[in-house]
Amino acid sequence: MGGVSLLSLPDAQLVARCRGGDQEAWRELVNRYSRYVYGIAVQAFRLPAHDAEDVFQEVFARAYEHLGKLRNDDALRPWLGQLTRRLCIDRLRAGSREQPLVEDMQEAAAEPLELLEDAMAVNEALSGLSEDCREVLDRFFTRDESYRTIAEALDLPAGTIASRISRCLGKLRSALEGRNSPPHSS
Amino acid sequence: MKRYDEEHLAELLRALPPAPGHWVKAAQELPLARSGLDEIVARAERDVEFRRALLADLEAALAGAGYEPNPLLLESVRERFHSA
Repeated sequence: MGGVSLLSLPDAQLVARCRGGDQEAWRELVNRYSRYVYGIAVQAFRLPAHDAEDVFQEVFARAYEHLGKLRNDDALRPWLGQLTRRLCIDRLRAGSREQPLVEDMQEAAAEPLELLEDAMAVNEALSGLSEDCREVLDRFFTRDESYRTIAEALDLPAGTIASRISRCLGKLRSALEGRNSPPHSS
Repeated sequence: MKRYDEEHLAELLRALPPAPGHWVKAAQELPLARSGLDEIVARAERDVEFRRALLADLEAALAGAGYEPNPLLLESVRERFHSA
């Protein structure tokens, strides 16, 4: 199965494929959640890089091992999120003799964690856009590339990048607002 | 209903930078590690005959050594050899 179709596969189906030993599905699962796990460890809990890397690998190792125990395949994100938070807290506890300090850090993580959840919703909506839009938005916003770098990489006129970003943001906004709009009452 | 103005969308997009590539790759290779990738590479490094066999016919050599030569494993072994 090609990457494009795996990209659009809902979590539940992706999990089912992973359980069946589909290694491409596992690659997609890691790809889909790598930023989330990384964000929790580095941005929310502010773990140093070596600890964050250990947590990152541990999360996916445990996920791989225990995927069969996931009760609801649609609950992959909360499951991974909880696992990552728990491992981050364990790591903080192991490195600190002061319990209040760990509690302070947990409290400080609450706000960035909320932001990450919203960011994941955006990321999910992003996966429904065209490859062109995904790429230009990712390069500009998350990889912090300049218009010129993006234009060179995508072989586009530099003058069109800003309008492309704006157009893709518009599509992303429509996708998100469509997803969040209440159902029709009629 | 949540509203997403451009500024807020930009903030949310920036909130998820990519994880380092080698972290992602290592996690993606977990099933391969379990299916023997590390073992194959280690054996190829110490066993000249095995290495030669792999270079001559990767798929047959892996199957002969008792590994399931699935496409991902084949690709990853090739990649390891080329980067060595």
